[in-house]
Amino acid sequence: MPMAAEDIEGMIKAAIPDAAVEITDLRGDGDHYAARVVSETFRGMPRVKQHQTVYNALGGRMGGVLHALQLATAVPE
Amino acid sequence: MSAHERIDELVKNNDVVLFMKGSPLFPQCGFSSRAIAILDHLNVEFASVDVLQDQEIRQGIKEYSDWPTIPQLYVKGEFLGGSDIMMEMYEAGELQELVEEHGLAKAG
Repeated sequence: MPMAAEDIEGMIKAAIPDAAVEITDLRGDGDHYAARVVSETFRGMPRVKQHQTVYNALGGRMGGVLHALQLATAVPE
Repeated sequence: MSAHERIDELVKNNDVVLFMKGSPLFPQCGFSSRAIAILDHLNVEFASVDVLQDQEIRQGIKEYSDWPTIPQLYVKGEFLGGSDIMMEMYEAGELQELVEEHGLAKAG
């Protein structure tokens, strides 16, 4: 079963409270998303670790229920 | 040999190895296809492993680097990331630098 965009955003914000999260439903099918997550937490973290932090926030759904999430992470300007 | 040992061998015996769904000619998923396009564009010499042909590796690779999705790219024994990170690194010119630094381009 696909996930709603608000649920994805909610889970990321619950784990990374200062995160600015932008979710795009790429095909309008509730199954292929792109997420851009901007947080101070990422400062000084290698990219792999930044993405892992977001995947952990999604509690194992990534690669399962959530099969297509294009992810971009960044530190606030 | 355990899945972990088999993956370890693949990662250590190849300068560049991509764990993907399908083959470079026929990728079976958009993310794998994107990873191949980046490597081809940079003219990188690489090995590929089709996880759809091997359930043990398909599961094992997710635990190997604590990374939930496929594709996964390894360069010189190190996990570099999935297709999103490859794209970010490509756009930042970092992937090109890595290719030059380690001489990973195809000969000729």
